[in-house]
Amino acid sequence: MTPTYYLLLSALLFSIGAVGVLVRRNAIVVFMCIELMLNAVNLSLVTFARINGALDGQVMAFFVMVVAAAEVVVGLAIIMSIFRTRRTASIDDANLLKY
Amino acid sequence: MTVDLLAQAAPDAGAVTTGEAITFWIMGPLALLGALSMVFARNAVHSALGLIGAMFSLAVLYIVQQAPFLGFVQIIVYTGAVMMLFLFVLMLVGRDSSDSVVEVLRGQRLTALVLGLGFAVLLVAVIGRSLTAVTPVGLAAGGAGSTGNVTGLGRLIFTEYLFAFELTSALLITAALGAMVLGYAQGRGHAKRGQRATVEARLRGEHDRISPLPGPGVYATGNSVAVPAVLPDGSIAPESISEIIDATPVREVADEPRPDARALTGGRAENEESK
Repeated sequence: MTPTYYLLLSALLFSIGAVGVLVRRNAIVVFMCIELMLNAVNLSLVTFARINGALDGQVMAFFVMVVAAAEVVVGLAIIMSIFRTRRTASIDDANLLKY
Repeated sequence: MTVDLLAQAAPDAGAVTTGEAITFWIMGPLALLGALSMVFARNAVHSALGLIGAMFSLAVLYIVQQAPFLGFVQIIVYTGAVMMLFLFVLMLVGRDSSDSVVEVLRGQRLTALVLGLGFAVLLVAVIGRSLTAVTPVGLAAGGAGSTGNVTGLGRLIFTEYLFAFELTSALLITAALGAMVLGYAQGRGHAKRGQRATVEARLRGEHDRISPLPGPGVYATGNSVAVPAVLPDGSIAPESISEIIDATPVREVADEPRPDARALTGGRAENEESK
């Protein structure tokens, strides 16, 4: 077994997250799928750091985690304010910008 | 120079040991299972639990891959803080707000599934074919990680990546401020009207009527809220019945005679007459 298996797992997780973003209609679940995609990329970054023998990949994964935390805070606040005005968390109903 | 010597001394420091392989073949399928259950669970809370499982498996994989700091940060920050935030918002929004089955774009789900499958096949094929003969250097064999993961990470973050780290602090402050602004947005829209202002608005005729709506006329002859109240002149007050009751079709009881609002007083009058 080589570390390539980690990269394959990361690719599969990323694809699952992408399919979830396209398939699900609940905004919070869509957000969770985005988190899964970020985590998959983190796994590949950690694996590359191990393959190359340098810690830079782990530092990048660390920064990805920080950015993901900030993104979650702002995104969930946006979802909450949309829910307050439209009484729904479905992304099909947030269509005011269309008209 | 010392790095090279160390790397020669331990040539297979980055190789996968048997224990690591066992951990991978347990935790990898668990992560896939959690991810799949997250995407395909109907209930949003079950999705969150699936994602927590996937993230926890990933944390174990990080620790196995010589990244213990990231592994613990993953557990503390992701499964601890971020997913709890998700669950809080789920409970606030209402966890029964499940997915609508209606497809706005026809065939979108099928197309998404097919495209996702194709994407996965493409990625797996490319990675599997291009990275077959990888000889991992490994972090323990030297380099920045040889003195310890946390030490090496700290040194890198505070020397090479210092500017990015400072930018991260600005980003976090901005995110916190943004969340506060978005969270308090509901209080700014309209000033709250006091009791006096409400009474004055009523007397000025801004409402349909000054007094509150009359209650339903529930009498001893009929204990239904569908019985209308009676005004002093004996006529029926239409506002006393809720619009919902009026609009609800009642087919089963349509043939029954409606309860007479004046039956009670009429009966008392008869009794007095008989005395």
